[in-house]
Amino acid sequence: MFPLPVEKLPKINQYRYRLFLYLSVILWLLPLIAIMLVSLRSLSDLNAGNYWGIPTELNFLQNYSEVFVRSPMATYFLNSLIITIPTTIITLIISSMSGFTLAIHKFRFNMFIFAMFIAGNFIPFQILLVPVRSITIQFGMYDTWYALIIFHVAFQSGFCTFFLRNFIKELPFELIEAARADGATEVYIYTKIIIPLMRPALAALGVLIFTFIWNDYFWALVLVQSDSVRPVTVGLQALRGQWVASWNLIAAGSVVCALPPVIMFFILQKQFIRGLTFGAVKG
Amino acid sequence: MINYLKKNQLKFAPIYFLAPTIILFSLYVIYPIIDSIWVSFHSWNGMDRSLLDSSGELKNWKWVGLDNYRELFFDDYTFPINIINNLKWLILSLLVIPIGLGLAIFLNQNIKEMKFIKPLFFFPFVINLVVVSLIFTWFYMPKYGLLDLIFRSVGLEPIAFLAEETLATYAIIFAFFWPAIAYTMIIYLTGLTNINIEVVEAGRIDGASGFNMFWNVILPQLRPATFIATVVTVVGALRSFDMVAIMTKGGPWGSSSVLAYKMYEEALFSYRMGYGSAIATILFLIMDIYIAWFLYRLFINESSEK
Repeated sequence: MFPLPVEKLPKINQYRYRLFLYLSVILWLLPLIAIMLVSLRSLSDLNAGNYWGIPTELNFLQNYSEVFVRSPMATYFLNSLIITIPTTIITLIISSMSGFTLAIHKFRFNMFIFAMFIAGNFIPFQILLVPVRSITIQFGMYDTWYALIIFHVAFQSGFCTFFLRNFIKELPFELIEAARADGATEVYIYTKIIIPLMRPALAALGVLIFTFIWNDYFWALVLVQSDSVRPVTVGLQALRGQWVASWNLIAAGSVVCALPPVIMFFILQKQFIRGLTFGAVKG
Repeated sequence: MINYLKKNQLKFAPIYFLAPTIILFSLYVIYPIIDSIWVSFHSWNGMDRSLLDSSGELKNWKWVGLDNYRELFFDDYTFPINIINNLKWLILSLLVIPIGLGLAIFLNQNIKEMKFIKPLFFFPFVINLVVVSLIFTWFYMPKYGLLDLIFRSVGLEPIAFLAEETLATYAIIFAFFWPAIAYTMIIYLTGLTNINIEVVEAGRIDGASGFNMFWNVILPQLRPATFIATVVTVVGALRSFDMVAIMTKGGPWGSSSVLAYKMYEEALFSYRMGYGSAIATILFLIMDIYIAWFLYRLFINESSEK
């Protein structure tokens, strides 16, 4: 193990390590603690310049209910869910199909198609902006949920195919050969053998894609514009213009906007990290 | 017919398994890249390309050859500012890698509370950049921000970082560090747990310790992690759009703008699709270097496995 385990150090150094560790956690989370504290403050405190001192009153309910009642935050939140959940599901379905065939079948252009999907992950969004916007308008999808869902599915499927193809490649090929010898069709192999084995990879990828889509700002900015379809990221930024100095509300809105991926992360930590660190160990 | 399909299913399977992904990917990724490059040679306001004016000429769409690029390189005084800012992002963001590695080594201990502490270090990464940007905007805020408070408490003159032309870009990059360090740290922590213990123990017996051990034994084993961390950080830095758009809108006076933001402004605010596409094409070409490097690495690995 590297570095040397602290348990092997003298007691006094162990205490020092712990002290230093706790201090760095607090420092690291300071921005977050700060915004959470402000989301509880009253406007009169803020007006009095009391951003960091002891709050004179706690306004948890008032601030958060104001965010939901007096702004379209609830709609934004719902929109984010309506966009994010189907995108995640459809992406996983189609990219597990393409990942399966790229891993198992030998055909011309296999490597070429695979390389194309990988390369697609790195391209700057700006090179897609003008044409994707035109296509979306032509299809009559501008300013609808579908505009974002379809685009995200198309873009994320590149990364997911890459991920799943490599995962399937690691599975024992004998399984598939044995099934084929028994007369199983390729569709049967995919649905009955590969999908069950892929479950951990799909879970890891699912939480990752959910987070990516939920946190998207750029496409939500260029493909939709009405409050009735906007997701939270763009919505929050719009509300900032209205609330100007009401930092307690902006802070409460930020907490709401950040929450779903954070909750997901804490519940599905293992899957999340498996998805993120894929490729960091080998390759 | 059905029999024929069944017999040759190995030949046809790739077609129907790939079809949905390929169709969507071609339509929303491949075609737009080609079209963007094509648009970059035109002057276009984003309206119907085929519309004719009274004299029978194309009204909205005109071939201009390399004019957009010429203007960008020679006449647009903001272009060098944007390129320099992109370089600042690129170079400074690389600092994230050693910092993330240092933090990972610091946290790679098996004390019992670590189970709760590690996730606390991870999760800035899952918070979206809009929120990160808002938090830091407010952190830098003159008069009430935390930074202002710190400056005054130690007797320094407070600085409005986001309003200073010379400092705004650095202030945004610093904010980007927070989620980016979290990410590289995750990558390195996984790398560290997968390190070959025997090699480390053998090194200890041979008297290697501290920096020597780190440099000669640990770092070479972390190479895959370093590779992924570099690629992801650099791509993230070149995509710096979100944070710039929210924290400064490229200001003050365009001083913190980057190519990605400039492109967005030209295309969607000035309706100069051709000019915007030329900027996007430049950005795309820069990114291609990374794509090529990544693919090269990947395929070398792929072929060495067989």
